[in-house]
Amino acid sequence: MVIKIGDMNTSFQAWLRPDGRKGIRNVICVAYLVECAHHVARKIVNTCDDGEVHLIGFPGCYPNEYAYQMMESLCTHPNVGGVVLVSLGCESFNREALKRHIEASGRPVETYVIQNEGGTLETIRKGVEAVRRIQAIARQTPRGDMDVSELIIGTICGGSDGTSGITANPAVGRAFDALGAAGAACIFEETGELVGCETIMASRAITPELGAELEAAVIKAEAYYTIMGYGSFAPGNAEGGLTTQEEKSMGAYSKSGSAPICGVIKPGDIPPSGGLYLLDVVPDGEPRFGFPNISDNAEIVEMIACGAHLTLFTTGRGSVVGSAISPVIKVCANPETYRKLAGDMDIDAGRIMEGRATLDEVGAEITGLVLRVAAGEQSLSEQMGHQEFILTYKAFDPVGPACLPLRGKPAF
Amino acid sequence: MNTGPFLLLHPDDNVLVCRQHAFRGQSITLDGDIVVLTDEITVGHKIARRNLKTGDKIIKYGAPIGSMKTDAARAAHVHMHNMQSDYIKSHTREVTGHGH
Repeated sequence: MVIKIGDMNTSFQAWLRPDGRKGIRNVICVAYLVECAHHVARKIVNTCDDGEVHLIGFPGCYPNEYAYQMMESLCTHPNVGGVVLVSLGCESFNREALKRHIEASGRPVETYVIQNEGGTLETIRKGVEAVRRIQAIARQTPRGDMDVSELIIGTICGGSDGTSGITANPAVGRAFDALGAAGAACIFEETGELVGCETIMASRAITPELGAELEAAVIKAEAYYTIMGYGSFAPGNAEGGLTTQEEKSMGAYSKSGSAPICGVIKPGDIPPSGGLYLLDVVPDGEPRFGFPNISDNAEIVEMIACGAHLTLFTTGRGSVVGSAISPVIKVCANPETYRKLAGDMDIDAGRIMEGRATLDEVGAEITGLVLRVAAGEQSLSEQMGHQEFILTYKAFDPVGPACLPLRGKPAF
Repeated sequence: MNTGPFLLLHPDDNVLVCRQHAFRGQSITLDGDIVVLTDEITVGHKIARRNLKTGDKIIKYGAPIGSMKTDAARAAHVHMHNMQSDYIKSHTREVTGHGH
């Protein structure tokens, strides 16, 4: 059944960016371009002591096209109002190209190169002043109406257990059905956690060619994880009652709800329409850089790079993370976990397990909270200052034409 | 709505999911029969709906989630000790830390 959001206020005030996109936050990013500049960038952020100044970055010294493109997408995300780039000086990262890209989006940006600025303390001092200048400009960004149909929403599960697939994940699926029907773009991900669901999922594709692409993405994930030696399955999953990858997958898959699947995207691709999209997070080609995503926040960052304004995070064992750039809403699947970690959990979906709420009720609650957080209400992880961020090495080929049947078509 | 400590998620399933901590020796109702639990079962874990044999597919949410690697009696705990993936093997915390 589809939850109607007709009674909810589906319009809210957003920041209208010069590139035409709309943001629900006005974050200043301080971005280190190699690990060697991480400390200086972190000190700039800590000195600013402002919940709207976030630390992001890429630790590697070797060049990587994926990481570069991700940084472009993240630094020009609609929730971002301006950027301070912090470089050591000798690393491979193309800081000039990134700066030009951010400038072209109409955002204020300044670069500080530690080797040219007089070292650690001088760069921190200049960086803090730069954040204040850039924030002053970002605060002039005009405000205007944004509708639910302009939202991009991601979902992820982390610390899943035997309750996740019964409560939080299908409740998010209900919310996705409602939000997608209202025109929002909804992204689900982690093809390694769809192993075993590929045939059922393919039958929901809007074209047979897309169905084949969905299946191929999961087959690629299975092959990749098999070479890595471990599935996307943590010891805590087993302690919480999950026995196999495909059991975890069936639960994870229910986050996608029941709507038709409109396309497959890769990190950094913006969904070309509203509706439901699968994000393929598993690299293409021979495994080169290790596990596809070393932990949950790497996936959250990839959904943000696809334009996600906020993320619905379901958890059974009890993850506490948030994210830089876009708010994370925590949906707790397990009633016992909720009682232990209530201060971290925005939604108590464990009530379903104990017969105290239905999936539809919790789905409507999630939908309502998405709209309130979009309108400016802080999620719990956001209030507590969680701004986790991970970006590592990867390699992707661009998606093929069968992956996006609605690209260039009128809105679905 | 199911009552009691175990949920049947789909009519085709041959396992049930625990929704409330249950204890060894506790009597539960399984498809109308009174059965005594032989294991302590915590929330999210599974028990056998009927006697299961090695090689049996385990059905949950109406879909296969793996196979039995040993037999299990009705109402027994079904988990990593007696079932396995048909895709990628699962692991525990014990895979590292043996070098010390």
